[in-house]
Amino acid sequence: MSDNCSRREFFANALKLAAVAAIPVGALKILEPGEAKAAIAKTGVRWGFVVDTYKCIGCGFCVKACKNENEVQYDAPVSRTWVERYVIKKDGEMLADTPNAARDGFTTSKIHGQAVPDSEISKAFFVPKLCNQCDNPPCAQVCPVGATYQAPDGVVLVDRTWCIGCGYCIMACPYGVRFFHPKYKVAEKCNFCYHRISKGMKTACVDACPTGARMIGNLKDPNDPVTKIVLNERVGVLKDEYGTKPQVFYLGLDKNVR
Amino acid sequence: MSNHVWRPAWVVLGVVALILTARFFYVPSDFGTHERGFMYGYYRKANEEDWKKIKVKYLTKEYCKDCHSDKYEMNMASKHSIIQCENCHGPALDHPENPPKLVIDNSRDLCIRCHAKLNYPSSRRGELKGIDPETHNAGMECSGCHNPHKPSLEGLK
Repeated sequence: MSDNCSRREFFANALKLAAVAAIPVGALKILEPGEAKAAIAKTGVRWGFVVDTYKCIGCGFCVKACKNENEVQYDAPVSRTWVERYVIKKDGEMLADTPNAARDGFTTSKIHGQAVPDSEISKAFFVPKLCNQCDNPPCAQVCPVGATYQAPDGVVLVDRTWCIGCGYCIMACPYGVRFFHPKYKVAEKCNFCYHRISKGMKTACVDACPTGARMIGNLKDPNDPVTKIVLNERVGVLKDEYGTKPQVFYLGLDKNVR
Repeated sequence: MSNHVWRPAWVVLGVVALILTARFFYVPSDFGTHERGFMYGYYRKANEEDWKKIKVKYLTKEYCKDCHSDKYEMNMASKHSIIQCENCHGPALDHPENPPKLVIDNSRDLCIRCHAKLNYPSSRRGELKGIDPETHNAGMECSGCHNPHKPSLEGLK
């Protein structure tokens, strides 16, 4: 045998090296006892949301209830949730609007002042929007001070005492759900009515909805109606290609919805 | 090393020490990396409780049904049973202490949120019974003829 390694040894060593290199740094980290315990004892709750766009009638009661419940000024042009109307005409043209975030509902067939005769409509529907409580929230990632974060139950929250109002998160959200709170002057967003869901209630928008188009539930509970829909029915999420892993699932999502 | 190097160096070290001391007192002890790791879970833990403490304003029908059982039962037997009292009467808050009386919104605007007819295929709005607000008794309150708690055409006032 020469000093050089044989072809057999070379391949064996290369495989060993590849195996070692594949161990992630995280796997080698030694956890403190407390950390290890916390990592194992995961919370039994992961809040998720289902929006049924077939059922939504565009009344805007969800927006009204949300604004009052969460003290977002009623006349301010911002809202934690809103409803969009999509009208797709037979010639392929798409019209969409959300007047005042649909705070007062959709009461006329005019879109941006333009009348659309019924005979020209091929399909028309309403799409409620709210924070997707992403599993990989880009807004939390960009926060330079640790003011916005994902709570253990999956809800992304904003610490109003800690936020410096830099606006990075507002820019980072691909869904445009964040805005500056006109009164508190900090970043604001839907947090699934954290004060309600933590008391066993439903969100204000879910309670206000007169058609059951909005549902909130625990995705870690296989018997929860929301979980059953997500697992058993054809649901879509908004902007899946961004890799944010939204936890708001839409039934009847159309390709025109963005 | 000569003095002109040490003097500014001491100033810099002093500033750094000052910042670290200030940070020690300013940043709460529960601020740090939590369940979701540094990227998504770097925050002040007590803030979760801050959010939970916020007052609930919309209390749902469960809160109304005992005192207003007559209205509750009439409504629950009608087509409007899924609609919350507070959708029309406003948030209950601490009613009956504060506010002692809730609003009674009889405006047409409230009813036509749902019942302005929009013939939208593929949306339930298209199936919902509705009117053209401009031609159907324009200017009149809906509740003059229809009972919002029990809306049926047989029950017209």
